[in-house]
Amino acid sequence: MSTKYKFFISCEEAKHICDKSQYGEASFWEKVKLNVRLSWCRITRGYSSNNNKLTKLVQKSKIDVIEEDKKAEMQRKLQEEMSKY
Amino acid sequence: MPNHQLDPNKWITLYADYLFNYTIVRVKDRETAQDLVQETFFAGLKSMANFKGEASERTWLISILKRKIIDHYRKINSKKGQAEVRINYNSDAESEGDWLEERVADGYDKNAEDQIQNEELGLAIEDCLDKLPEKQAKIFKMKTILGYETETICNELNITASNLWVIIHRARTALSGCLEQNWY
Repeated sequence: MSTKYKFFISCEEAKHICDKSQYGEASFWEKVKLNVRLSWCRITRGYSSNNNKLTKLVQKSKIDVIEEDKKAEMQRKLQEEMSKY
Repeated sequence: MPNHQLDPNKWITLYADYLFNYTIVRVKDRETAQDLVQETFFAGLKSMANFKGEASERTWLISILKRKIIDHYRKINSKKGQAEVRINYNSDAESEGDWLEERVADGYDKNAEDQIQNEELGLAIEDCLDKLPEKQAKIFKMKTILGYETETICNELNITASNLWVIIHRARTALSGCLEQNWY
């Protein structure tokens, strides 16, 4: 594969890397490729900006959820209680 | 016209996280918040006959939860009252005399305002999560909020990593769109 093709990625791939980077799972090389794409593709830039904004909002909100096993336990207790009615 | 119905089988899936977020900012303790949510569902079951169908299921459950939270504070306050014999602001003799200055309220409490805004934001995100397909919401929560590893989620839900990323992508796109409308 020529160097040119190594550097240029599709919009879909860029979005995928952008998603991964929100979770710190994009490699250095992937980030380089994403940045190259970001420098000239408006669609990727728009997606990336919204994606970063979402990550910041989720962090800022300090939103929390109940763990899945705890939910299963709550469901079991609720079912037990329901059987009494 | 009453048109809302109750379906307790779906309460945990649909409302547990929303009620939990509503509670945790008020009680600041995960265990207590989870207990209060569970008690709310029990109380909901008990008073199902009183549901007129005028409010949505969630609004109705929140109204029960509010009472549970008030009861919780009443309970701990009455316990505190029994235990508090003397009121000692500070037992450290060295800092004597500073108490008035330290107790003066901040004229503009930025923290409180931020907290309210963050709570509203949290509930707005929950609202948007509610609109996602169940599987998308579940995977997004596991990955983004609970911070599970990709591999853990894949093993637990028996999906491939590329499957997971497609779902995450869809969830993030939908959430961004939803928050764009309801928050920004």
